[in-house]
Amino acid sequence: MDVLIEIERLTKRFGSFTAVDDVSFTVARGEVVGFLGPNGAGKSTTMRMVAGFMQPTAGTARICGHDVQDAAVAARRHLGFLPEGAPTYPEMTVEGFLSFCAAVRGFSGSDRRQVVHDAMTVTALEDVRLQPVETLSKGFKRRVGLAQALLHDPAVLVLDEPTDGLDPNQKHDVRRLIEMLSPKKAIVISTHILEEVGAICSRAIVISHGKVVADESAAALAARGPSLDQVFRDLTVAHAADMEPAA
Amino acid sequence: MTAMLAIFRRELAAYFATPVAVVFIVIFLVMSGTLTFTLGGFFARGTADLQPFFSFVPWLFLFLVPAITMRLWAEERRLGTIELLLTLPVAQWQAVLGKFLAAWAFCAIALALTFPLVITVNVLGNPDNGVIAAGYLGCLLVAGAYLAVGSAVSALTRNQVIAFVLAVAVCFLFAAAGSPIVTEFLSLRVPMLAEIARGLSISDRLGGFSRGVVGLRDIVFFAAFIGFWLFANGVAVDHRKAD
Repeated sequence: MDVLIEIERLTKRFGSFTAVDDVSFTVARGEVVGFLGPNGAGKSTTMRMVAGFMQPTAGTARICGHDVQDAAVAARRHLGFLPEGAPTYPEMTVEGFLSFCAAVRGFSGSDRRQVVHDAMTVTALEDVRLQPVETLSKGFKRRVGLAQALLHDPAVLVLDEPTDGLDPNQKHDVRRLIEMLSPKKAIVISTHILEEVGAICSRAIVISHGKVVADESAAALAARGPSLDQVFRDLTVAHAADMEPAA
Repeated sequence: MTAMLAIFRRELAAYFATPVAVVFIVIFLVMSGTLTFTLGGFFARGTADLQPFFSFVPWLFLFLVPAITMRLWAEERRLGTIELLLTLPVAQWQAVLGKFLAAWAFCAIALALTFPLVITVNVLGNPDNGVIAAGYLGCLLVAGAYLAVGSAVSALTRNQVIAFVLAVAVCFLFAAAGSPIVTEFLSLRVPMLAEIARGLSISDRLGGFSRGVVGLRDIVFFAAFIGFWLFANGVAVDHRKAD
C-alpha cells in the first residue's frame, strides 16, 4: 500500500487544555478519509499540524515521507491545503490570487498560466476570474480556496470543510471533483455533514475531545446503528460523558 | 528565491490595489514639502542643499512607516491568510524577507517621488548632489530600520491599532535615544547607558549621511539593526502564527 500521509501520536496542548490527544492514522493513495467530529473536537487543529502550520506538542506527521516540521518545505510541495474558512487576499482578483499561489509554488511563464487555467476550469471559476475575491459570494470564495489547493496537482489533499457554504449543486460538483481526483491521491476532508461521508469517503475517522473514537470504512460506520446521525451522536456524546468527571 | 520574489511582488501590488499607496504617498509628499519650505526655511537659508528636508523625513517616517507595517502581519492573522501563506512551500524567512523588502521598495518609491525638490535646488543654485544622494540613502536606511521594527511588532498582534502604537513607540525610542535630552539625563545618572543610547540612536547615525558622509560603520549599524529586527520578526511569526 502506498502510504502518503502518516500521523503518529500527534498531540497538541494549549496550556492545560488538550485539543488533540495522541492521534495516529495513515492514509494511502486512493483513499478519501472523512474526518468527522463535533465543533471543537480538534479537527482543524489536527489538520493545521499536518499542514505544518501548527507545531505539535508531541508526535509527528509525514507527507510523502517528509516530516512536516523538519522538512517542511519539501512536505508542503506535495500538499494541497484548504485552511478552515478558505482564507484569500480580498483585494486580489481570482486569477491574480491563483497566479500568486502558482508563482510561490515555482510555476512560471506559460506553465503558470496553464495550471491556473486548469484549476479555474475544474472549480468553474472562469466567469469570475477578473473579479476581486472580496466581491464574490461565499461559495465562490470556497472554490477559490479549493482551486488554490489543487493547482499544483498535489499527491496529498487536506481540505478543511471544503463544502461549507456551498449550495446543493456546488456541493455535488465538489464531491464529483473529489471523486475524480481520488484514485491518484490521498485525501482527507473534514466535515460535519454526515451525508458527505457516505457520498464520497472510503473511510471515516471520528474524533471527539481530541481522541480518535472510530476509524473504519464508511459502510462499517453506517452499519453500527440505524443511521449515521445516530452513530455519530452515540460516538461523540457517549465519549463526552466518559470524559466528564462524575459530578 | 522565486517564492520570495512572488511574495514581494504580491505585497507591493497590494499597496497599489488599495488606497494605502495613494494616501501614504500624497501625505508624505505634502508634509515633507510643506515642512521643508515653511519650518525648514528652505528659501531663507540661502544655501542650495536639502538639509531641512533630510532633517524632517526621519520624523515623518516615524509616524508613516508604522502605518505601513501595522498591517503587514496583523492583517494576515486577522484574515487567516497567514495559514495559507505559511503552508505554501516557502521557508518562513522568505516570507518575512519578501514582505519586508516589498514595504521597503514602497518607501523607496515614496522617497523617489520627492525628486522635484532635487530639481528645485539644482535650478536655484549649485548643490553638491553627492551630499543629496547620501542624504537620500540615509533616509532609505532609516525607513528600513523603522520597517523592520514595525513588521516585528506587527507579527506579535492581530490588532492593527496596537501594532501601530507599539511600532511608533519603539521607533521613537531609537530615534530619540541620541537626543541631548535623553543623553544628558542619562549621563548625569547612568553614564554607561548614555553611551549605549548614543550608539543605538538612529538620528545620530543619520547625521553623517545628511552631511554627505557615508560611513561604513553607519551602514553596518543599519544592516545589523534591520537584521536583528527581521530575526525577531521571524521568531514572533513562528511563535504566534497560530494564536
